[in-house]
Parts: sequence; structure tokens; C-alpha cells
Amino acid sequence: MSQLPTTTIIGLEVHVQLKTATKLFCGCSTKFGSPPNTQVCPVCLGLPGALPVINEHAIELAIRAGLAINCDIPPLTKWDRKQYFYPDLPKGYQISQFDLPICADGCLEIADPADDDSTRKIGITRAHLEEDAGKSMHDEAAGRADSRIDLNRCGTPLLEIVSEPDLRTAEEALAYLTKLKEMMTHLGVSDCEMQEGSLRVDANVNLHIDKHGERIATPIVEVKNMNSFRNVVAALHFEVDRQYAEWEETGNTIETHGKRTFGWNDVKGVTYPQREKEESADYRYFPCPDLLPIRIPSERVEEIRASLGETPEETRERLQSQYGIKAYDADVIVSQGRGMVQYYDAVAMACGDGKRASSWIQQDVMRSLKEQGGDIESFGVTAEQLAQLLSKVSSGELTNDRARDVFKHLSENGGGIDEAIKALGIEAVDDSEMETLVKELLAANPKVVDDVKNGNQKAVGSLIGQARSKNPNANPQIIREIALRLIENA
Amino acid sequence: MLDSALEVLRLQAAGEASAVEIAERALDAIEASQSTHNAYTHVDRDAALAAAQAVDAKRASGQPLGALAGVPIAVKDVLCTSDMPTTCSSEMLRGFRPPYDATVVEKLRAADAVIVGKTNMDEFAMGASTETSAFGITKNPWDTSRTPGGSSGGAAAAVAAGTVPLSLGTDTGGSIRQPAAFCGVTGLKPTYGRVSRYGLVAFASSLDQIGPMAWSADECALLMNVIAGFEPRDSTSLDQAVPDFTLATESNDLRGMRIGVLRESLQAEGIDESIRTAVAHAIGVFAELGAEIVDVDLPHREYWVPTYYVIAPSEASSNLSRYDGAHYGHRAGEEAKDLVSMYCRSRAEGFGAEVKRRIMIGTYALSEGYADEYYNKALKVRRLIRGDYDAAFSQVDLLLGPVTPTPAFPLGDKIDDPIQMYLCDLFTVGANLAGVPAISLPGGFDPAGLPIGIQLQAPTLEESRLLFAASAFQSATDYHTQRPNQ
Ligand SMILES: [Zn+2]
Repeated sequence: MSQLPTTTIIGLEVHVQLKTATKLFCGCSTKFGSPPNTQVCPVCLGLPGALPVINEHAIELAIRAGLAINCDIPPLTKWDRKQYFYPDLPKGYQISQFDLPICADGCLEIADPADDDSTRKIGITRAHLEEDAGKSMHDEAAGRADSRIDLNRCGTPLLEIVSEPDLRTAEEALAYLTKLKEMMTHLGVSDCEMQEGSLRVDANVNLHIDKHGERIATPIVEVKNMNSFRNVVAALHFEVDRQYAEWEETGNTIETHGKRTFGWNDVKGVTYPQREKEESADYRYFPCPDLLPIRIPSERVEEIRASLGETPEETRERLQSQYGIKAYDADVIVSQGRGMVQYYDAVAMACGDGKRASSWIQQDVMRSLKEQGGDIESFGVTAEQLAQLLSKVSSGELTNDRARDVFKHLSENGGGIDEAIKALGIEAVDDSEMETLVKELLAANPKVVDDVKNGNQKAVGSLIGQARSKNPNANPQIIREIALRLIENA
Repeated sequence: MLDSALEVLRLQAAGEASAVEIAERALDAIEASQSTHNAYTHVDRDAALAAAQAVDAKRASGQPLGALAGVPIAVKDVLCTSDMPTTCSSEMLRGFRPPYDATVVEKLRAADAVIVGKTNMDEFAMGASTETSAFGITKNPWDTSRTPGGSSGGAAAAVAAGTVPLSLGTDTGGSIRQPAAFCGVTGLKPTYGRVSRYGLVAFASSLDQIGPMAWSADECALLMNVIAGFEPRDSTSLDQAVPDFTLATESNDLRGMRIGVLRESLQAEGIDESIRTAVAHAIGVFAELGAEIVDVDLPHREYWVPTYYVIAPSEASSNLSRYDGAHYGHRAGEEAKDLVSMYCRSRAEGFGAEVKRRIMIGTYALSEGYADEYYNKALKVRRLIRGDYDAAFSQVDLLLGPVTPTPAFPLGDKIDDPIQMYLCDLFTVGANLAGVPAISLPGGFDPAGLPIGIQLQAPTLEESRLLFAASAFQSATDYHTQRPNQ
């Protein structure tokens, strides 16, 4: 049986965790990975009598994000309570935004995955602020019937960005998510660390089937809470096939079955229906009486707009033309966020070698950050220090290897370059001292001398290793030069 | 008898009594009264004596003392105290001990007051008779067959029974003013936002306000000086300068003040003749003190109670969602097999009938398809009510009227008739809906000797004006100096 022409309709709801030091309504830290229930207070525990106070930084970041995705920032926004019972929601309601979100009516332009030369404009309905819930941990493995709850995440600020149902393929969804993530990281709005849950995706999908000119819509399925882009793509592909098959088999349409909530099983690679409670839930939204509406004057919006700076595309192009690095390298740096771009700019500018700066940042800096788990803003090696270090490499004062030793020392112990050089016992080696050393080595290795004389200059290489084991500060380039000169003049 | 906070301060300053002696007298008075009146849910003798001892030590070593040094005070059991249970007189929070002090409690401690205990109330402040408490009813010290009013019935009775000179109540729809009227004491509901709500267990967040109760307006002023003021932890707290409220009570000359009388409201059905007489008498007293009396009307007055009984339960239904048995408070036993039955049983067992009734009303009023008809409409009417107050206060400085339709009613009289109970709030909920300050002061007695309250209302942030007029009234009358026979 041949398949009828079908259009896939996809809309995405993306929850982005805002990069604030403290929670949305209290002073507790938002740090990831602390022991359960150690980052809590009466406010985020929802204890009787405690009251929320807005974190201004979250407002600032939400406006930044909204402007980056071309949203309007209305002059008045307010808070509403979304009410439902769940153990990870200690107040019995979530403070969110219902009818007056902080950002409305935007769009994001993405490269068309089906056509390299064109773009697609994806509408953004709204973006609103809300507090995250806690985490339930079902400890069934230990043979316990009870659940445990970690409320560290409770009250963490989220921005929920809701797209129009403008996406038509899983690949477009991927392009949209990639672009959105890059934007949020670049602007310092979010870390978008998916494995830490700081970016989560719900996808709404259904099919419009063209049956001999009659358009039939399948029931909308919302696939909840996916935490990798790979899962989103796989789930969308799966749903497209599943919905068509279900329609063929049952004839279910949006008119008969409305909307349903599914989960995604990563191991089996299938979507599965969740309990239908969501569908009929009445959240009884009403304005939160503990918080005042927020007025956002247009001057404040314009001030933030002016501070947004370059878009990721603009930065990528500038890095390539200004420092002569490849598109791939510019992409890696930009994808690390604006802090990294600033770091790169400073290093490249000061050491005058953008390519060397790029390769060091991509290898050494990013590796250290990964190992140490920090961000570039608080990294132990300042841009100034790295630039100095790279200048020393350019001038031949330090070998690449010794510079790496210095870098490692700085990133682990802090302090200055001179201190590090001293601590590592690195000294500039006197040329005459080096000549004496090479003479000794030539005397001890007559075969090398013969080989070189017979035209095999590479034979010198074995001397270099020996020289460095006798004196770690020996510069391979210089050893080579001296050795060849001595053999030639012998 | 521990009558007056001012007297307590004088005794200590003159070296005639120590803070410990005063605390002992208060604690003895509580012990003597408790079995009759049941004004307290919790009394901490040791903690009170320790606090008093600290005050004496401070005084002995010449350290500066707070404004309420050594003054015994009782705190309504809806305010969080880290060293005493905070139960809201509910089975749901029996034995619950918050890990923190409410802002007002912090302020009392900083002012060197001696907190003797927590006072009984209607469960979660829902009621007008203190009969919905899970910890027994409180009785009116003027007539123990009658209610002290509610929800701050314990706080009012604690003062009227002579156990403490000061107490803190809370007022969502009249919960300070009505019990003050029934117990013959003075009670002030400040402007919404004047006193921080941080640590006040919420009933209806947009209406709740903490306020002082004492025999006289002068003592209310003393306590207001300690508890009022902006606080960043409460987003609805008003960032406004706080005057010295005691200065307002120094003059008794009301010449130039225009007082509006809500004469029409006195004609309403069900209002006791003794109330009409007391209001008429108060009009005479204020006129004699120099005030100009004019008639005013608040046109949407008939919508006060219906509006209130949509907004307050709506907010309450949300605020009380947190009591689900999962994190603290009452949790159903093993028979609750799954999450939903744990929720249902915990709440069914933990809440009393009135609380359940209001949660159901509020849940209904906020439901999809009904919110526009009820909650959202009530918000619109609330704006009209505020407009009425604005218009009235463009003509007059204060509003004068009754607090309650009747004096204290017999225990058990209305407990099975919620509508009759709700009508107790007929004259008081307007100030909560509009957010304006209002005071209840003793204004006479009915033929049976039960106290009657007079209400004054002022524009936003004009507590000083209220206290000024109330203090002047009390300089010309002696109702606030009368005491129940014990
Ligand atoms: Zn917290």
C-alpha cells in the first residue's frame, strides 16, 4: 500500500535553565550536583509563612534571551500560580507565568536542512519564566517501596520557550534546537548542559495527511522531557511512522482523540503513552498574590538590547577574518559561549597569533576546564598569561612542551608565569653549554655522525631525546642546528 | 493584673519590679485563666523566664534596652516561632516547629519583649468565633458562655483575661477587630504591606495583615513602633517611612478633622440596637472633641462579603495545597496505599470542616470555566470597592462605624450555620479588600454588660491618624479601662 502525502507538524517547548547564581525566589545556590537537600531554605521548601522574592538577574537574563529570539518585551509581566499536587512540588503550586509572559511573539531563523541556500523562519509564541520542581528518586532497586525527594533543584529559574508549530521535519527541529542552544550559550543566558538537565525539550507532533484532497490531522502527541537532541530527532522520526500506522489501523484523528502525552524510552527507541491525567488537568491558574507585577520600562529593554553585541554568526565571521582561523575552529570557540570568545579575543590580540591561540584554547584550555569543572570566567590561567606564554613560544624562548608544563602548573596552582617557570626549574640554556653537551653526545654516538655525513639528517633526532634527558630545558631546534653544524665542520 | 504595657515599663524603670517578676505574674495569670478561657495553645514558662532574665541582666549591666523590654506578649499561633510549635490551631500542624522566626517575632525579640506563648485561633484563621480550633474553643472573659470572636479570639481573650498587656493578632477579614470588639480591647489592622508577612502562615495572602491588640490605643501605638516597617523578604511590604506612632497619641484635639459616618450601613437588618446606640454615642464624643461629622457612603458595600468570600477562599485553597502530608505536618498512616490516597487521607484527617469548606469554595471559584464568573469577577468588584474608599477619603479623614452587627454571641450559636458566621464580617472586610488601616476600640456595653466595638478606618498608611483619633476618644471615655469580673 502506498503512503499518502503527509506533512509533519512540529512545535517545541524548550526549558532553559537560566545561569543565575541563586534561585528564582530565594538566595539558595543553583550549583549542580550537591548532596540532596543541601541547597534549600524555608522559601524553596515551601514552608508555612515563607514568601518568594524575585531574583532580578533572572529577569535580566530572560529579557536578553527574549531579545535574541526577536521577541517583544511587554511593559507589564506578572506571576501566576499553576496548581497541582506532586511530591517534588512542595508548595502544591508552581510559580509561573500564564497570560502575561515576559517575552512574546518572536522568531528564530534557521538554515534549511533541505536546501543549503535558503533559510526558514520559525515563529516563537512566547517565553515565560517559572521555577523548577525538585527531583523524585524512586529507590526500588534497594527493595524500598518509598520514594526520596531532592529539593535542591526546586526554585531554579527556567525560561520556557514555546515555538509555533512551524517545524516540518526532525532535521528542522534539530536545526532549531542547535541554533537556540548556541544563542543561549553565546549570550550567557544558560549553560545548556543537557546532561545536567539545564536544557529540556518537549515536542508536540502530529501529521496532516492528504487523502485525495481532504486534510486529515492525527491526534497531537506531546513527547515530554527529552534531554538530548539525538533523542528528540529519534522520537520525532518514531512518532511520524507510528502516527501514520496508527491512523491506518484505527482512523483516530485530532477530532476524536485530541492531544496525548507520551514519554521517550531511549533504550528501546520508542515513545510510550504516559498517564492521561495531564490532558484533563485544570491547573487553576491565578495571579500569585505574594508577588507584584513587574513593570519593564522600554528604556531598560533598549539598554539590554544595546548590550547584546554580536550574534554567534557575526562572531564566527569576525574571528575567521580577523585572525585567519578556519570556520570549524571559529565554530568551536563560539559554541563555548561569549566568555570563551572574549578570552580568545584577548589571547589572540595580545600574542598576535590567532591560530596558535585557537589551537591552545581548543586543546589545553578546554581540556583543563573539563577536568576542573569550572567556567572560563573563573579559569586559573588568565588570557593575559596565556598570551604571554604563547609569545614566549613564538619567540623560541620556550618550547611547546615546556610551555604546556607552565600552563598546567598555572591552571593547577595559580600564580604568575615567572613563578611557574622557576618552580618547574626551567632555565634558558646558554648556547655554549649546549654546544658542549652536543659535542659529548657526538663523541658517544659515532654512528649518528656517519649517518648524517651519508646524507641522513634525520639521524640527528636520536640525539635530541638524549640531550633532553640530560637537560630538560634543551631546545630541540637548537640541538639540531648545533649538531648539524658540528658534523659538517668536523 | 498585668494591665498595661506602659505600666510594666514604668515598674521596671523605677526598680519596683524586675522583668522576671513581671513574667512570673503573667505566667501565673495564664495558669489561672487557661482552664476557664483556653486562650493559649502553647505556653513556654522556661523560655519566657529565660527571656525575662536576659532583660534584667541587660538592665543591670547598663546595656541599652528595647522598646518593649520585659513586656509579656502573646503571639497568635499563626506566626512562626522557632522555639515553640506553630500550629494554626490545626490538627494538620499539631506539634509543627518552624525552623525560623516570623519577622514580627524577630522584631519582638530584638525589642526585648518576653514572648509567653501562642494564642488559640480559628483553624488557619478561618472563622469568627475561635470555635474551629482543633485545640478547644476559647471563651470570652466577659461571659464564658460567649465567644471571644475570631479568628484572633485567643489573642483578644489573653489581653481581656489580664494574662498579658499586649498580643499580636492577624486580620484577613476582621480577625483582629471583631475579637477586640467582643473582648472590649483595642485592636488595629494596619495598612496592607505596613507589617511584613514573612513568617505569617498564609490564609489569604492579598488580605492578611498582622496587628497589635491591647487595652488602649496608646499601647497599640507602642507595639506598632516595633512591628511596622518595610522588609525585602516580603515583596508586598511597603517601602515607606514609618512614623513614631506614639507621637500620634499625644494630642486630643480633633478640631479640623472630618469624620465620615456610614449611616446607611447602620440601617441594615440584623444589627443590634445596642450597636446603633454605641455608634451614635461615639459620634457625639468625636463631635465634642472637635471633629466635623459628615455622612458618607461606600456604594458597593453590599458586595463586600460576597467578594471577600470568593477571593479569600480562592487564595486559601492555593495556600493550603502545601499541606499534603509529603514534607511535614499530618500524614495518613499505613492504610494509605498510594500517593493519591496518602494525599486524600492526610488532608481529610488533618483539616477541620470549615477549612475544607473554604478549600472547596476556592477550588471551585478558580476552576476552568468558573474563574471568570467568580474569581476574576471578584477581582473587578474589589477594584470598585477600592474606588469607593478613594472617593470617600477625598471628602473625609476617617470613617466611623460599627465593627460587628451584634455583641459577642453565645458559643455554638453560629458554628453550624456558615452563612450567619460569614455575616459577622459585614463591617470589617471592606478595609481588607481596600488594604486600608482600621481600628476597633471599646465604645460601650450592651444592657447585659457585653463590650461593644467602634470602628475607625483611615486612608492607606494613615495608622497615625487612626491612633490619634482613637487615643483622643479614649481620653474622653473610660470603656477601655473597664475589666471583666474574674
Ligand atoms: Zn531556598
